[in-house]
Amino acid sequence: MRLKATLWGAAAALALVPAAAMAERERGSSGHLNIIYWQAVSTMNPFLSGGTKEMNASSIVLEPLARFDAAGELVAWLAEEIPTLDNGGVSEDLKTITWRLKEGLLWSDGTPVTAADVVFTHEYCTHPEGGCSYRDRFAGIESVVAEDDHTVVITFEDATPNPYIPFVGAGSPIIQQAQFQNCLGARAPECTDANFAPVGTGPYVVTDFRPNDVIQFEANPNYRVPTQPYFATITWAGGGDATGAARAVFQTGEMDYAWNLQLAPEVIEQMQSGGQGELLVDFGPLMERIELNFTDVSADLPDDERGTRMHPHPILTDIRVREALSRAIDRELLTEIGYGPTGRATCNFIVAPPAMASPNNDNCLVQDMDRANELLDEAGWERGPDGIRTRDGMRLELLFNTSTNAVRQDFQALIQQWWREIGVDTRLRNIDAGVFFGSDPSSPDTYVKFWADVQMYASLFEGTDPTPHLEQRRCGREPRPETQWPGQNINRYCNPEYDALWAELNREPDPERRQELVIALNDMFVQDFAHLPLVARGRVSAKSTDLGGVVMNVWDSEHWNQAEWYRITE
Amino acid sequence: MTDVSRPEAEATAAKPFTPDQAFRPPRNQWWDVWDQFRSHRGALLGTLVFVFIILFVGIGPWIWQVDPGFIDIRSRNQGPSWSNPLGTDQLGRDMLARMMYGGRISVAVGLTAMFLGLLIGTLVGVLAGYFRRVDGILMRTTDLFLALPLLPLLLVMVLLFRDMLARNFGEAAGVFVLIVVAIGITSWMQTARIVRGDVLALKEREYVLAARSIGTPSRRIVSRHILPNVLSPIMVSATLGIASAIITESALSFLGLGFPPDFPTWGRLLFDGRDWIEQYPARVVWPGLFISLTVLSVNFIGDGLRDALDPRIRGR
Amino acid sequence: MLNFTIRRLVMAVPTVIIISLLIFLLLDLAPGDPTAQLPLTIPLEVRDEIRLALGLGDPVIVRYFKWLQMMLVNEPLHALEQVTGWNVAPDTQRILSWQSRSPVGDIIAQRIPQTLWVVGMGYLFGILIALPIGIISAYKQYSWFDQLGTFIAMVGFSVPVFFTGVVLILVFSVWLGWFPSMYDTTLRVTDWDSFMRQVRQMVLPVSVLALFNAAQISRFMRASMLDNLNMDYVRTARAKGLRERTVVMVHVLRNSMIPVVTVIALGVPSVFSGAIITETIFRVNGLGALLINAIYANDIPMIQTLTFIFAVLIVLFNLIADVIYGILDPRIRYD
Repeated sequence: MRLKATLWGAAAALALVPAAAMAERERGSSGHLNIIYWQAVSTMNPFLSGGTKEMNASSIVLEPLARFDAAGELVAWLAEEIPTLDNGGVSEDLKTITWRLKEGLLWSDGTPVTAADVVFTHEYCTHPEGGCSYRDRFAGIESVVAEDDHTVVITFEDATPNPYIPFVGAGSPIIQQAQFQNCLGARAPECTDANFAPVGTGPYVVTDFRPNDVIQFEANPNYRVPTQPYFATITWAGGGDATGAARAVFQTGEMDYAWNLQLAPEVIEQMQSGGQGELLVDFGPLMERIELNFTDVSADLPDDERGTRMHPHPILTDIRVREALSRAIDRELLTEIGYGPTGRATCNFIVAPPAMASPNNDNCLVQDMDRANELLDEAGWERGPDGIRTRDGMRLELLFNTSTNAVRQDFQALIQQWWREIGVDTRLRNIDAGVFFGSDPSSPDTYVKFWADVQMYASLFEGTDPTPHLEQRRCGREPRPETQWPGQNINRYCNPEYDALWAELNREPDPERRQELVIALNDMFVQDFAHLPLVARGRVSAKSTDLGGVVMNVWDSEHWNQAEWYRITE
Repeated sequence: MTDVSRPEAEATAAKPFTPDQAFRPPRNQWWDVWDQFRSHRGALLGTLVFVFIILFVGIGPWIWQVDPGFIDIRSRNQGPSWSNPLGTDQLGRDMLARMMYGGRISVAVGLTAMFLGLLIGTLVGVLAGYFRRVDGILMRTTDLFLALPLLPLLLVMVLLFRDMLARNFGEAAGVFVLIVVAIGITSWMQTARIVRGDVLALKEREYVLAARSIGTPSRRIVSRHILPNVLSPIMVSATLGIASAIITESALSFLGLGFPPDFPTWGRLLFDGRDWIEQYPARVVWPGLFISLTVLSVNFIGDGLRDALDPRIRGR
Repeated sequence: MLNFTIRRLVMAVPTVIIISLLIFLLLDLAPGDPTAQLPLTIPLEVRDEIRLALGLGDPVIVRYFKWLQMMLVNEPLHALEQVTGWNVAPDTQRILSWQSRSPVGDIIAQRIPQTLWVVGMGYLFGILIALPIGIISAYKQYSWFDQLGTFIAMVGFSVPVFFTGVVLILVFSVWLGWFPSMYDTTLRVTDWDSFMRQVRQMVLPVSVLALFNAAQISRFMRASMLDNLNMDYVRTARAKGLRERTVVMVHVLRNSMIPVVTVIALGVPSVFSGAIITETIFRVNGLGALLINAIYANDIPMIQTLTFIFAVLIVLFNLIADVIYGILDPRIRYD
């Protein structure tokens, strides 16, 4: 987190709006905007949903104290400035952070925003019966206190090198105490009106909300920038499918902005050729990977021992086999076929922010069948008559799970063929995403339980700090039957050196040193071939060519600067 | 197979008696059926097409020996050529080979699931319509199955039975059994309701009353008098059933409940091709065409069979 | 017949309740998780808390009876309150959707108009097209009309909606630009202009559905007519000197309607369950889209309530079918 660049970010944002055009535009002058989310929004209260679509929609109504700009730098939003060690906002022992609200902030109903609202937001989300989706943003907090109407002091239980998690980013916005004070804990879902039309500080207010269908917004009359937002009204339609949404922007022009267009590269390219719209892509921490299981998941084992550290995997615990599997994959080709311009081949566990992406692993980008074969020969796996390798009577055969998704099935087919070429047989299985990503302990097919040898999915982390993401691969963090399978160390990796290095990262406040440690951890993990990174995936949306002011942001809501969107007129 | 002797007698009686007929040796009635079937142009054409499809998927892979899963990444999205008569897909797999292998599964699933659905549907329908005692319970069961949401039901079936079936039958065969049973037990209700409705009316007809009055056992009444007369709605259900089974299978594959991803099926090819419809329409047209041809041919065969088996129409 | 109807109506209550219990158990058994759609950034511990907040901590049977009580008592009271304005349901708990945390009753009420407009019209047009086609095809068996009808019906049935829908959108929305590709649920019909817009946005989804429904019903109509056209009573009627029109349209048609009535009656509840794929392709957001989204999101209260309403309609329309059998063929007796 380099705060030096904060100013840079703000300057960049200003530069994006040509000064001459800005003078003509005023609140509501751009008229009406149509947005399509093919997965419809189900509530406007992000604390009750946790989905990205709900977070995005609510981000134009509810705002945090600070958020990330397109470059991943912190920008003060409702706060006057970003508190740092230098300006005294963060205490020397790294245990408290003091935020000051901007002067004169108003809620959309005209009442003033106070520090009490911030304190209340913490209380709302940490209520034990509330089931708040962003509860972990408030983990490790001892107290949140309003010192005066404009000052909030957050005290952490331990020294916290990265205090910019609570009230920062679209997942942690401030809600109005007056509106939500009777909605604490178990009563939260009863406040339907508040959940569907929250009072906020953002550029828009909800005028009509239909769950999982459509939302209508109009400009917030009390928005702090008098000339913004430029669009007077927004219709935020939901439903349909990704192809239909893309078509509505690129081909029929019915929509101005479409979110999350995960379509085949050729399909998008063809639609784009009409010239009515353009694709917006930016790369964040989302990465498609193959996890290799370090434990034996044989169906012959009893259920409470299957997939546990008790039984190491008979094949994949050998690093030579893991490396061979990695060498046999042509990541560039996978990217070209599955994602085109919206993906980048990668060999890293931590792919973003750019400063934390390791430059040391790029040799895996080139497919090397000879080396892969060599490694397997060394490991004692010999080719049988059908071309599949065996060792001590055991076939080199792997069960390959993933969720159902056209691109993932293409990847499975390609990888199956490459692995067959080096003498590894693969059984493919695709599982309904609702089951695969669910955590029903009775289902054998969840990605957490991982009762397969290898599995493919994409994962990411929140914000710009990968520390919690790296923590997931520590010993003892693996899912276990005793605990009903929670735990995030999906592949049951365990390396004491890694754990020691992570502990060092968790204590380190110096940004430069933190970066080095992240890269070192990343290298240790991927050079152990503990999992196989494949593709860094971008956020993909589309806008019509006459929509201006849109700046794609992967670190926050992609509607972070919604107030500045405008219609380009000739 | 004949239902009532009366109309048949009438039919012969209606024809002018010619001396030739008197001296002809008695013929097996199946020859009559065949003669009638042969005279039905649609049915003949349907049979030809159906046989072609069976040969295409059955023997085709032996003649066209290309691995349907083999990826040739350099020649992806190709149009028709000598090495790939139907072109290639987005990974460069040969579409002709995929159509052949896919057809095996689709035709097998379509026919088996249809037969299963038909069997349950007809059984339930006849029992419920004919025996008043079981009508209530059977029809309420039908209501239950109609109301069951298909997707959660399949998820439960996969959870409970997939591993067991995979162990006993092997991965692919296990999935086959699972899918056929799943489609079968969720598609019999319409047939059951239709058959029951017809049986309710038929069992009050004079000839059934007559049969009962001379002490014919229920089993005989059902098999000789009732069943032949509900044949035509059953035939329609059968033809529609094949189509919906093939399509349902594609929806299941799409949801990840169907065959493993390296098994192509027509439904899945059609579904996968949907997004490419503008660039490569052939990728949707081929599987769509084959599904339609299968359904059409089965439909015409059904039409012909029904006409041929109905002694009132035969010889008309 | 009246006796029979009343008895069946009384029987319907326990039937529907048993069906709802079985569906509830099925949904509970199905592997799935209401938090599965959340981004992987939300840790598993938080997911557990979310599940507890949704009430998943209670045993399944407790959850079922809570739901049943809300479904049978609280929701009707609320509906009454909204219609009449009487304050009969103060502070009673309602069934809440897990996705939106709002009463499922309100969401369903929001979705009914577009479902009736699109799916209902599609069904109605389907029947209106199918009956004459079926009758003429049977009467002129093997004529060119019959062959063409058969061909179109079979193609209509065997080519899935996800194909025809996309083709229609490409031709009429993208290339010709005649009709919108997305349905606007916020459109209010207030004048001629908005009525025309409503018609324009309905044309594509309604035609897709009408084709599919017509294909199915016309086949049953044709087959059943064919069975009856060769019956003795037809010959008798003709022999009596009745006009051909009367023979076909009164005698034959009436006796051929039983399977067709069954098919139509079975289809009416499915109008309310929506047309999932059509609704998705044209972004209609009716009850079908609501159900499939709820299934994907494992929103059990929503699935349960929708399937319950669906079950009630099925039981009701099957009863109606039974009554119609009796009217069409007075010889049918149920007692």
